[in-house]
Parts: sequence; structure tokens; C-alpha cells
Amino acid sequence: MAAADDLAFHEFEEATNLLAETPDAATTSRSDQLTSLGHVAVAAGTGSSYGAEDEVESDKTALLQAEKPQPGFWTFSYYQSFFDVDTSQVLDRIKGALLPRPGHNFVRHHLRNRPDLYGPFWICATLAFVLAVTGNLTLVLAQRRDPSIHYSPQFHKVTMAGITIYCYAWLVPLVLWGFLRWRQGVQERVDPYSFLETVCVYGYSLFIFIPMVVLWLIPVPWLQWLFGALALALSTAGLVLTLWPVIREDTRLVAVALLSTVVLLHALLAMGCKISLLSSISSSRCLWSRWHLQPK
Amino acid sequence: MAEVAESPGDPGTASPRPLFAGLSDISISQDIPIEGEITIPMRSRSREFDSSTLNESVQNTIMRDLKAVGKKFMHVLYPRKSNTLLRDWDLWGPLILCVTLALMLQRGSVDSEKDGGPQFAEVFVIVWFGAVTITLNSKLLGGNISFFQSLCVLGYCILPLTVAMLICRLVLLAEPGPINFMVRLFVVIVMFAWSIVASTAFLADSQPPNRKALAVYPVFLFYFVISWMILTFTPQ
Repeated sequence: MAAADDLAFHEFEEATNLLAETPDAATTSRSDQLTSLGHVAVAAGTGSSYGAEDEVESDKTALLQAEKPQPGFWTFSYYQSFFDVDTSQVLDRIKGALLPRPGHNFVRHHLRNRPDLYGPFWICATLAFVLAVTGNLTLVLAQRRDPSIHYSPQFHKVTMAGITIYCYAWLVPLVLWGFLRWRQGVQERVDPYSFLETVCVYGYSLFIFIPMVVLWLIPVPWLQWLFGALALALSTAGLVLTLWPVIREDTRLVAVALLSTVVLLHALLAMGCKISLLSSISSSRCLWSRWHLQPK
Repeated sequence: MAEVAESPGDPGTASPRPLFAGLSDISISQDIPIEGEITIPMRSRSREFDSSTLNESVQNTIMRDLKAVGKKFMHVLYPRKSNTLLRDWDLWGPLILCVTLALMLQRGSVDSEKDGGPQFAEVFVIVWFGAVTITLNSKLLGGNISFFQSLCVLGYCILPLTVAMLICRLVLLAEPGPINFMVRLFVVIVMFAWSIVASTAFLADSQPPNRKALAVYPVFLFYFVISWMILTFTPQ
């Protein structure tokens, strides 16, 4: 009984503090706080490893969420809440995904309960186009060395690359999220990440593949393997470090199986990128020979 | 009856005053001239209705739309801060440009290779769906530009790249070689930069200041892809 009273008093105090704070937030000309409709469920600072700054911000979003009702999913402002990021925030998230540090969880430290869809969507689009462009360029460079290769702008690669990357970046997080929710039902522990946070983690972790693919233009094989291994290590380290706090209380078997599946799928994606670059040369060679050596 | 009524501010006067006699004391017609014509000039308005676009000759209609499109082309070629593209948006220009570009970029039906350049439909889809995606992106980020205005600007700013395609086609008639490629590369890079400058001149102001880069990057990607398709075009 006394504990409940203490809690009630604590909340009221925080609420008055925030009410004093929010008028300042409301009077800024570009009031991003007001447009952010705090759709994510906020852990009210109890039991999760928040710093003091995080607690204030999560409480602020909780208060704003209490002020405005959540818009339905058929309204435009619902989707606008997923794009409520600034340039500096996107760059900060990319940096956090590029250089994962063991102490800083990507979701807690960088996303801070405001996952966005801008990063995952445009990083996937960029990766698809960069793959297609690099495939074209490898073909051009190979043709300069070996004139028997026939050059053609292989446009269907854009479609294939796009479909593969988008499926990976959106379906795998869906499966992962579903699996984590199921495990949470089986064993009571910390709440897992929301679907959008999982999509964010995967989307931003794909960023390292963009420079990796561009650097694969250098036609030195051991250098290509080195870049591939380095990028894959950084990317999967980011993923594993983010997922570890959520599944560390689970049984050993499940934890190891989940992490190894995640790493394996990521490695398969990197392999797929490499194969698509290699196949551009081989397919053009074999098509050229088929076209020109047929009896007419 | 008119003589019997008393004036309101004058109770002591016995002589009958006409009705509403004291009204002139409080009327304001001397202070503010309220004269004028009551009749609405119907003649000029009916002339406007007569010259509504239904009754004019076909040549007038086409010439008017063509002039509007041409004026916007000029605004794209010499970009300065003006509202013409945004205020009177139309989608004729983007359609003409997209169809021209797609016709020139498609691979011929003669060669049946699977790996070739894009088909007509692929170019069309990339241009229009790319423009729609960029518009949705800028609206979701909080920009205050309308959907069709943004489509109009993005479509019109393909004009420099269409000109680049024409020049590349002409250059490809000459003999192939590295000089050929360098000329085409130079032309495409210049026109790509021109497209980006023209579209950001129109679109950048509609975005919130701390998100301008987020809104401009997809435009950069869009024109980069189109430039890439132009540069890698090889006639069969």
C-alpha cells in the first residue's frame, strides 16, 4: 500500500515537471515534439537500463502520447510519425550501426524509442542500385581487360537486386520479431523490441554493404575477400550485440541457434552480392558465345 | 401618421416632424461616400464564360498548353527562385519528357537478349514510381508541398537529362572509342548536375530546415539512376 502511494506521488511530481517543460517545447517554431506522436510503447523507466537523459525523453513522449490520441493507421499522420527524424539523427544512427560498441545497445542508445522507416527504406534502395551499377562497372572493367566479353547493360539485375534486398530487410525482421515474441510468451523476461525497431536494426546494419560493394570494383581477389569479411564482421557484430540483451536469459540452445541463424543469413546476403557481381561477367560471356557461335 | 411621430431626441418640441426626421443627424452618408453602381457588370463576366475553354478552337487550346509547357521548360533551363512551376503545375511536360526518354532508351525488339537495356515500360515505371516515392518521402518528412506540385517539379527537371540523351545518341553515331565515352560522360555529368540544381531550387524551400538533406538525397539517387541508364545505353 505504501509502495503504491509512493509510486503515485512520484508520477505526479514528474508530470508537473514535464508540464512546466512542455510549454517551452510547444513554442518552438518547428515543433517536432508536437508532430511526433510517440506511437511506441514507452517503458516508463522502470527496470530497463536507461540513463537519466533517456528517462526524461521517454517520459516526455509518454506525456505527449497521453495528450493526443494515437491516429489510426488509415491516416497520413500515422505514417508521418515513422519519418520523424532529422538529418543529424539519421547520420548518428548510421554511425552507430557502422561502429558497434559492446556497451552501447543500438536500439536503446541510438533509436531511443523513435524508430524510423527512412533509414531502412533508403539504405535498401541505395544498396540495390549500387549493386546494379557496380555489376555494370565490373563488366566494363572486365571487358577492357578481355575483349571477348560482350558488354550489355544488364537491367534486369536492378529488379532482382531490389526484390532480394527488400525481402531480406523486411521479412527476416518480421520472422525474428515473431520468434522473439513467441519466446517472450514462453518465458517471462524483458520486453523484446518492437517490429519497427527490429526493421531499423537490420536496415541500418545493411549500410556497411554499400561501401563494401563499391570497393569490390578493385579486381584484386584477396582484397575483395578482406573487404567482404571486414564488412560482414562489423555488420553481424552490430546485430549480435543488439540481440544479445534480449535473448541472454533464454536457454543456451535457443540463444545460440538464433544468433547463428542471424549471422548465417547475413553472410548469405553478402555472398549473394558477390555472386551477382561475378555472374554478370560469366552470363554475358556465355550469352555472347551462344549468340555469335550459333549456326546461322 | 407620419406627422404624429415624435423625434427621439427631442421630447419638448410640439410641432410634428416627418417620420425619421432625426435620422439624418445620425446617418453617416456624408462621411463615407456610399454612392456607386448597383448593377453588377454582367457583360464582362458573361464574356468570360463565353470564352471558357469549351468553345475555343482546338488550336487555341493546344497552343495555350504548349506555351505553358514551354514556359516551364525555360524555368527549368534557367533555374531561379520562382513559383511558376509550383503555382501552375501541370503534368503534360513530365509526360512528354518521360515518353521521349523511354522511347530513346528502350532496347530494340530485334535483339532478344535477356540482359539488355531497359524496356520502355521499365523506364516509364522507374520515372513515375520514383517520382511518386520521392514525393511521398518529402511529404512524410513534413514538407509543405502538394503531391502534384512535387511530381510536376521532378518531371520537368528531367529535361536536362533528356537533352543529354539526345546528345549521346548523336555522339554514338560517330565511331566508338574512349573519346566517345569521355564526351558522353562529360555531357551526362553536366546535365545531371543541372537537374539536381534545378530541382533543389524548387523543392528545397518546402522542407523543414533540419531535414533538407534527407529530402534531397532521394532526388539525387533518382537522377543518378536515370543518368546511369543514359550513360550505359548502347545501340544494338
